Amino acid sequence: MNTEQIQENNDTAGEKPVIEIINMHKWFGDFHVLKDINIRVMPQEKIVVCGPSGSGKSTVIRCINRLEEHQRGKIIVNGTELSGDLKNIEKVRAEVGMVFQHFNLFPHLTIVENLSLGPIWVRKMPKKEAEDLAMHYLEIVRIPEQAKKYPGQISGGQQQRVAIARSLCMKPKIMLFDEPTSALDPEMIKEVLDVMISLAEEGMTMIVVTHEMGFAKTVADRVIFMDYGEIVEENEPNEFFDNPQHERTQLFLSQIL
Amino acid sequence: MSTNSEVADIKPPAINVGVLGWVRSHLFNGALNSIATIVVLLVAMKFIPQFVQWAFIDSVWFTSGQECHEAAGACWSVVTQNIRFNVFGYYPYEHQWRPLVAMIILVLMLIYSRDWKKWNRRLGYLWLVALFVMGLLMKGGLFGLISVETTKWSGLPLTLLLSFFGILASYPLGVALALGRQSTMPVIKAFSVVYIELIRGVPLITMLFMSSVMFPLFLPEGVTIDKVLRAQVAIIIFTAAYVAEVVRGGLQAMDQGQYEAAESLGLNYFQKMRLIILPQALKIVIPPTVGVLISAFKDTSLVVIIALYDILNTTKSILNVPEWTGFSTEAYIFVASIYFVFCFSMSQYSRYVESELEYKAEEK
Ligand SMILES: Nc1ncnc2c1ncn2[C@@H]1O[C@H](COP(=O)(O)OP(=O)(O)O)[C@@H](O)[C@H]1O
Ligand SMILES: [Mg+2]
Repeated sequence: MNTEQIQENNDTAGEKPVIEIINMHKWFGDFHVLKDINIRVMPQEKIVVCGPSGSGKSTVIRCINRLEEHQRGKIIVNGTELSGDLKNIEKVRAEVGMVFQHFNLFPHLTIVENLSLGPIWVRKMPKKEAEDLAMHYLEIVRIPEQAKKYPGQISGGQQQRVAIARSLCMKPKIMLFDEPTSALDPEMIKEVLDVMISLAEEGMTMIVVTHEMGFAKTVADRVIFMDYGEIVEENEPNEFFDNPQHERTQLFLSQIL
Repeated sequence: MSTNSEVADIKPPAINVGVLGWVRSHLFNGALNSIATIVVLLVAMKFIPQFVQWAFIDSVWFTSGQECHEAAGACWSVVTQNIRFNVFGYYPYEHQWRPLVAMIILVLMLIYSRDWKKWNRRLGYLWLVALFVMGLLMKGGLFGLISVETTKWSGLPLTLLLSFFGILASYPLGVALALGRQSTMPVIKAFSVVYIELIRGVPLITMLFMSSVMFPLFLPEGVTIDKVLRAQVAIIIFTAAYVAEVVRGGLQAMDQGQYEAAESLGLNYFQKMRLIILPQALKIVIPPTVGVLISAFKDTSLVVIIALYDILNTTKSILNVPEWTGFSTEAYIFVASIYFVFCFSMSQYSRYVESELEYKAEEK
């Protein structure tokens, strides 16, 4: 009900969804990996996507910034429909931040260079200004003292926070997270989740693929459960965890909780 | 507390330090290594004194070929008496200072540019000026320098010219071909694949031969293209195919996540390649790339097939003179040491570049 209220509020405020995925299908060769996906994300909404490994979670969010191409249906991001048009794709990517499971920092650049690269080359920002911006976001993720180091010299948790800051430097409208904590040692998970929680509190629109159910409960407006390439169930977190409707959801929750 | 300071005070056992320690731990650590060391020592003891006797003690340095035949040792006279022809070939004798100055400029410029972190626009202009001056010195025809046809260019200047431009042009061409081979655009991809596979399927000698014999057949009547230029183009085209395959290896070794991270920032193709992918991929393949480039340097000697006189061919000419036949060992040792100086410098330079790049990435 919480969700509906927000959505209604948003609708009455005349706001448009930032992401609309309509009847979307995708195949890898003959393998039908995504089947009739429909997702609508309003500004400032936080969505958690979960489901068994191989169910297509990564593929869905990778379609949103066109790291993967969908074959049927529509994906509209921030008013731009994704098609083969390269200019559109680059525009969408500049508005959508993405955080990967394995951080994917650029190992040959220092932390501050990692962060200022996008603003300098995509936003055409002067170098000095971009570096100030980078320092600002390093403060936000609480590691300004690592600015001059290389990614290989800092811990996994720090690398993931740098990766988040790198995306934030592009001032994205939407942030996508693909299992951001599952490659981390347990003691580092919290520092990354804390950063994500404060980001959520600031009002960032987020889609997060994660099995961190604590995070889902605190932050999510909606939880989407996927299995075999389909959205099986979608609900606000309390209902989703306490009263799962679908058998497959119940099975999944019993396995991870 | 006390245990700690005691532990800190312990010195390594004497056996592991100093010259003796080094010898013991590196040359005699185990039966196999000890045997290898002894065998190498025995062989060296047999041959090194012999070589020194031949090369330095019994040798003659500034004699005629006749006197050489009477000497027991090496006849370095074959080098010293023919040095100018050996190095400058058929370049007009009284103007040989011009290629000499050109080569000195080239070497100085290379040394001056060795720190790639200082590469900038200014250095680029400096190179343009230097290349112009070198070209002017070689070719002449301006400022009172008499014109020297490229058919007269020979010896070491020719070797350096073919190698320098061969390497300079084939590297970027090879990188472009490697990228082309990965391209999603079918025409570009097909062109790159056909180019690479075709060129790699043909020996350089054949290409040089085609460039000098067959290519002119396709030119309209009266049009001629400089022979040195044709050889140069053949070397560039040939080397580029090998560079491309080496670079492809580097591109394939890249983590897919690097492409995705670059793309998700909104970088376009050229930014992604230039800023993210190539700096890493090219670094990985520095050792094999330098191997290819060193080969290219040495392969310039194949221009002998189209009657260009590089430094190896001028050496052969000297040995064809009856007075000097029979002293090929000495003459080739000289040429080999020139090749060695350049190739070894290239290899050392690449190691320096590599270690510079390594340092920042892995320093903890
Ligand atoms: N590039 C690809 N080519 C072929 N199959 C793929 C590719 N990427 C993913 N898949 C398959 O698609 C399915 C969904 O993958 P993914 O979206 O990564 O799942 P999840 O993130 O939920 O674990 C899996 O069966 C996976 O093997
Ligand atoms: Mg996944």
